[in-house]
Amino acid sequence: MAILSPRRLIYPFTVEQVYSLRTGQFVLVSGLVFTGRDRLHKYLYEGGACPVNLREGAIYHCGPVVIREDNSWKVRAAGPTTSTREEAYLPRIMQEHGVRVVIGKGSMGRVMAKACHSAGCVYLHAVGGAAQVLADRVVAVKAVHFGEQFGLTEALWELEIKDFPAVVAIDCRGRNLLQRVMNSSARARDKLLESGEKVVS
Amino acid sequence: MKNHSQWESSLFELIRRTSVDLPSDVEQAIKRAYTAEPGGSRGRWVLETILENIRKARNQDAPICQDTGTLCFSFQVPVGFDTNALAAVTRVAVAKATRMGYLRQNTIDTLSGESCPTNVAHGSPVFRFEQCARSTVDVRLIMKGGGSENAGRQYSLPDDRLGAGRDLEGVRKCLLDAIVSIQGNGCSPGVLGVCVGGDRCTGCEHAKHQFLRKVDDRSEVKVLARLEERILKESRLLGVGPMGLGGNATLLGVKIGALSRLPASFFVSVSYMCWAFRRRGALITTKGGLKRWLY
Repeated sequence: MAILSPRRLIYPFTVEQVYSLRTGQFVLVSGLVFTGRDRLHKYLYEGGACPVNLREGAIYHCGPVVIREDNSWKVRAAGPTTSTREEAYLPRIMQEHGVRVVIGKGSMGRVMAKACHSAGCVYLHAVGGAAQVLADRVVAVKAVHFGEQFGLTEALWELEIKDFPAVVAIDCRGRNLLQRVMNSSARARDKLLESGEKVVS
Repeated sequence: MKNHSQWESSLFELIRRTSVDLPSDVEQAIKRAYTAEPGGSRGRWVLETILENIRKARNQDAPICQDTGTLCFSFQVPVGFDTNALAAVTRVAVAKATRMGYLRQNTIDTLSGESCPTNVAHGSPVFRFEQCARSTVDVRLIMKGGGSENAGRQYSLPDDRLGAGRDLEGVRKCLLDAIVSIQGNGCSPGVLGVCVGGDRCTGCEHAKHQFLRKVDDRSEVKVLARLEERILKESRLLGVGPMGLGGNATLLGVKIGALSRLPASFFVSVSYMCWAFRRRGALITTKGGLKRWLY
């Protein structure tokens, strides 16, 4: 019944908040988050200077649609992008910058589970494609970095969010919900192939 | 082209509508999936969020998903119709929709890594033209996000690893393997577009072509229709569920087509379409006037 009683996570994400989370729990995240995707991860991994302090912060894997209107930024769409692509970069970034929360979507395996365990970090899974529901939870655009260098999609956006919904996919103990689903679906497939009737052309 | 502005406005409206408003067959399929998930489950929560998102996008006139994806235009035109002019005016409409925030700046120069501000570049958007004995232009647009595109697969049978031979049972093994290896990564529950046969290139194209079909239709070829139904039923037993977080709704549909092949080749090409299945179409007069919507 984790769904019925969501846990609230509020920035800065302290050790206490994050350690109490368990895979499968439903959470609502509020406060500051930093978006980043492929170019930012490669840049930080290679030792690039970070213009913001990521300590006790969250990286949100997202390339938002943002337009300039009346001299301010307006988020038109802001769902998660696939986190799997950043798995190789993340352990070093999490360790060096003290990141506590990664928000995104898609499978992450042993590398990320191990990194979450050793860095005291969680991986939160948002609903892929839910660009409008999630854009509505962005209450303010604080700043943008690397807009020119990486383009607006790949830029680092400082977003203030409120009650952003997600599910704990990897917790601080390194337990991995997606891996568990993957393993049980592979067993179910094997069973279907062993016992199922063969297709006749 | 005569009536350039009329054409531009019809095509712009097609793009806008595709980006913000999911076709009803897809929305209905998601609603059915929602009711099939138990109350209080993660799957139900995901599908509820998805349905809310679909409504919000439509009401707020904003993109359903931030990933504009590949813009795939399929045109059927009357014999002798100027397709170069049609491509040119479509590019203008794409640039306008990007400027207005209906499409994200979503096109990257592969060599320089630079972002293209208009989505009009070498290879973008994607066009497919066909001349037919007809008096109007039939245009269909599919927007296919990168997450779902990355989830695609191609198998070459026989496949030792899967124990899959060159028959429909072998195809079934490939499809079950694809569903399990893709998990929720293409933003499930989605639709599998499949081509049996063809070459490496035409197989992928024909697999994607299946996405022009409605989610709830069945192949006209009996053996393929039976296989579609069976894979859909079996996908529920795999328990991947919405976004791969577990549940029954692993797929919304399975669409299988077939092409002839060479004696030496037997490809099974699999394309994945996410739940944000943005597909729209229109009949447009040769003067550019919108005659009626398809789907």
